[in-house]
Amino acid sequence: MLQFAIRDHLRESRLFLGRTIVAGSFVLLLVLALCLRLADLQVLQHEHFSTRSLDNRVKLQPLAPTRGLIYDRNGVLLAQNLPSYSLEITPEAVKDLAWTIEELNKIIPIDDIDLTRFERLKQQRRRFDKIPIRVRLSEEEVARFAVHRHRFPGVDIEAKLLRSYPLAEKTAHVLGYVGRINEDELQRIDTSNYSATSHIGKNGVEKAYEGILHGEVGLQQVEVNAQGRVLRILESRAPVPGNDLRLFLDIGLQEEATAALGDYNGAVVAIDPGTGGVLALVSKPGFDPNLFVEGINTADYTALKESPDKPLFNRALRGQYPPGSTIKPFMALAGLEANVLNAEQTKYCPGFYQLPGHTHKYRDWKRGGHGPMDMVDAITQSCDVYFYDLARTLGIDGMQRFLSRFGFGRRTGVDLTGELGGLLPSREWKRAQRNMPWFPGETLIAGIGQGYFLTTPLQLASATATLAARGKRVRPRVVRSVIFADAEQPTTSGGESLQPPEVGDRTWQQVVAAMVNVVEGTRGTAKRIRSDDYTIAGKTGTAQVFTVKQDEKYDEENIDEKMRDHALFVAFAPVEEPRIAVGVVVENGGHGSSVAAPIAKRVMDRYLLGAK
Amino acid sequence: MSLPNSLSSLQPSNPAKPPGLLARLHLDLPLLTGLVLLCGYGLLVLYSAADQDLDQVRRQGLRLGLAFLAMFVVAQVPPGHLRRWSPWLFGVSVLMLLAVILFGEVGKGAQRWLDLGIFRFQPSELAKLTVPMMVAWYFAENPMPPTLPRALIGSGLTIVPVLLIAKQPDLGTALLVACAGIFVLFLAGISWRWILSLGVVISALTPLIWYLMRPYQRQRVLTFLDPERDPLGAGYHIIQSKIAVGSGGIYGKGWLNGTQSHLEFLPERTTDFIFAVLAEELGLTGVILLLGIYLFIITRGLFIATQAQDAFSRLLGGALTLVFSVYLIVNVGMVTGILPVVGVPLPLVSYGGTSLVTILAGFGILMSLHTHRKLLPT
Repeated sequence: MLQFAIRDHLRESRLFLGRTIVAGSFVLLLVLALCLRLADLQVLQHEHFSTRSLDNRVKLQPLAPTRGLIYDRNGVLLAQNLPSYSLEITPEAVKDLAWTIEELNKIIPIDDIDLTRFERLKQQRRRFDKIPIRVRLSEEEVARFAVHRHRFPGVDIEAKLLRSYPLAEKTAHVLGYVGRINEDELQRIDTSNYSATSHIGKNGVEKAYEGILHGEVGLQQVEVNAQGRVLRILESRAPVPGNDLRLFLDIGLQEEATAALGDYNGAVVAIDPGTGGVLALVSKPGFDPNLFVEGINTADYTALKESPDKPLFNRALRGQYPPGSTIKPFMALAGLEANVLNAEQTKYCPGFYQLPGHTHKYRDWKRGGHGPMDMVDAITQSCDVYFYDLARTLGIDGMQRFLSRFGFGRRTGVDLTGELGGLLPSREWKRAQRNMPWFPGETLIAGIGQGYFLTTPLQLASATATLAARGKRVRPRVVRSVIFADAEQPTTSGGESLQPPEVGDRTWQQVVAAMVNVVEGTRGTAKRIRSDDYTIAGKTGTAQVFTVKQDEKYDEENIDEKMRDHALFVAFAPVEEPRIAVGVVVENGGHGSSVAAPIAKRVMDRYLLGAK
Repeated sequence: MSLPNSLSSLQPSNPAKPPGLLARLHLDLPLLTGLVLLCGYGLLVLYSAADQDLDQVRRQGLRLGLAFLAMFVVAQVPPGHLRRWSPWLFGVSVLMLLAVILFGEVGKGAQRWLDLGIFRFQPSELAKLTVPMMVAWYFAENPMPPTLPRALIGSGLTIVPVLLIAKQPDLGTALLVACAGIFVLFLAGISWRWILSLGVVISALTPLIWYLMRPYQRQRVLTFLDPERDPLGAGYHIIQSKIAVGSGGIYGKGWLNGTQSHLEFLPERTTDFIFAVLAEELGLTGVILLLGIYLFIITRGLFIATQAQDAFSRLLGGALTLVFSVYLIVNVGMVTGILPVVGVPLPLVSYGGTSLVTILAGFGILMSLHTHRKLLPT
């Protein structure tokens, strides 16, 4: 009771008022501090946060350019972009996913592979992203879905452009194909220009001309929400489509050459001697490049990879074969130019050749021998002994120096990727690569295009084109021009003139005459392809197998057949004004005269006389 | 027991001037005006923050109606009754807090709710009112300032419910309840020396607090200290909120035009982060207006407390008003990135019903204190 009596209300009130003022001031101070902070954020740092706010909501989306098309010399479409339809589901917009998929399956077959892919993608993507449940719908399936579309909210048909090669295996080894960009390629490419692109040229023209075919990426500014969903397009810059290409290739000729090879594996290369343009480039068997565009499945890939015919192997560019007797006209040129050979002077062929002081007999293909041979006879009948002697006279280094002027032993530099350079042996090469001295006998073997000597079908055709053009040497090329919207511009890569072999007019005449005799002469090895319409100059060849180095995995049973000789033939026509030079290699074809020459004939007929 | 204090000798003043309608309803016009303005402003911001979802605005309006009703009911209770009920109400809330720990419902990873059959109830909200009532009741028994033992007991009365709430865990509410108790202590006039030593003790206990914190609470503190250390995780809230506020500028992007909020970059935009929506759309101008309304309410609240005629009313009125300002300061501090993210709503603006009733009931108490005064002759 006493406590209450002495309670000093005034003092308590004052104390309370004091404390309230302190607390109130403190609150005011803190609110002012908040105001300062707000002014700091909203006035001083406003620009910074404005930018960040804009960065949040405005995103740049790349737009893929349309890839350039590829035409043959006559405007036939070889590579195009076709719409490919897929059935896509937006999970967010679908009420009952299981029911939807079940019902869809009644209209459009959906298999387990499709379902697995769908489930996997569903985990990775956002709920408002479209996820494919079926790809590559047929036109009929698209139509069938269209009828039932109203039953499936959240399910759509999506179209995108896919690269397509209508002639499939016939052009596979020239055009190559496009495929999904892989890790290695990602390191090399300009990632900003490829930001919307999923595919890139993997080989052939598609790879070599990637820069021209691809085009430039477009950009659009879009407004997105926090989940990344696009709400609207603010601004856009259209992509610049890639440029179209026109090839030198004549697809009719390409088809003819493919057909002419029949069941054989091999390669045919035809070149226009005037321009170096590749008119046909066939490597058989081919493969369907369309399989690779959307990613080849394992079974198909294994089948291609394991096939003993090696369909993925580009024989025209990478097959290295001994040139055999097809090298003889070039050897004759070398001898005549070096003044170690007199065309008219005959040598006697007893059917074998011996080096002085050696007992080993180097056999001629004809057991009994050819008898007395001058240069024309030796080429016409493909006498080995004549060229053994010439090779010994020239020496391996003399041969190597001269033949390299025709491009042997070196890549031609054609505008395709992956070409191999063959092998033109020399003393120096053998010392460096094999660490062994050169044996004189090896010179003789090289003189008839055997032994270490290796050429690609493209090199053979290119060297023959140089011979046809009497020394005018042009780098072979596949692409003729880039097509712009309003003009067509020849490509600069390839096609340039190369160092000519510098051979006298008379020498050309003599050797070309001998090659004409191979076809026209009564004893010519290719007399069966004589044409009444135009004159052919050619040379047969047979290469002993050695085959392709990669063929290590061949079955035991297959070896015998595979050990048969390769048949070769080089030719050009018409002799007076050559328009086409051809190199043919038929793997395990046996003899050049019977197998390879008729193939070259069909190609030349088709080109010079037109389709029958 | 009747008190022989001077109040007994009072007679009604100005008998010629009858009290107005609002006074008879025990409502305080300035305070009511401030509160209605604030809630109306809040509904406008909510309409935008909720992407113009009228349903959500309607629900909030209904809750506000109920809360105002609660305020009105509480305002009718004379302070003397409140004072007498204080110990009982406090006891009930502590028991309910215990019940929550024992059989509470789990929601969003914390045990905060008590299912009473008809409705779910959050006893920690009740504690926001009963703790300051209890401490004020305890101190008002004796002359101010309280002695040290009484001050310690007063602290103890605060700490018990605070610990129970912190254990749920509900850091935001625990903080507010603790503040309520501390404000009563402060307003009761405990000496500055004790306040200083208390500060020292708390700083010394910081490592212990850190040790007691749950991992997600530690994460919040770390994220607060450096939001960019986890820009997509916990720091995301703070970063996006600062972007929203900063990009608003002086005049804002315009009502309904905030990109941070409408494109969903801003998290919790109708609840804890609604201030960022306002700052983005209405800019510094709109923010100053809002803070102005708050300051008006706080000033009026403190004024009412100073006008109260007994210690209990003064202490309770002052503490309730100060707790209201803590809501504001902590929430805005959090949204602008100068305080860690604790779940404290922007009072009377954030969407959600639980705090509305407590806050407006608190203002009901203030109105009761003011309108039940017996005026002294001048």
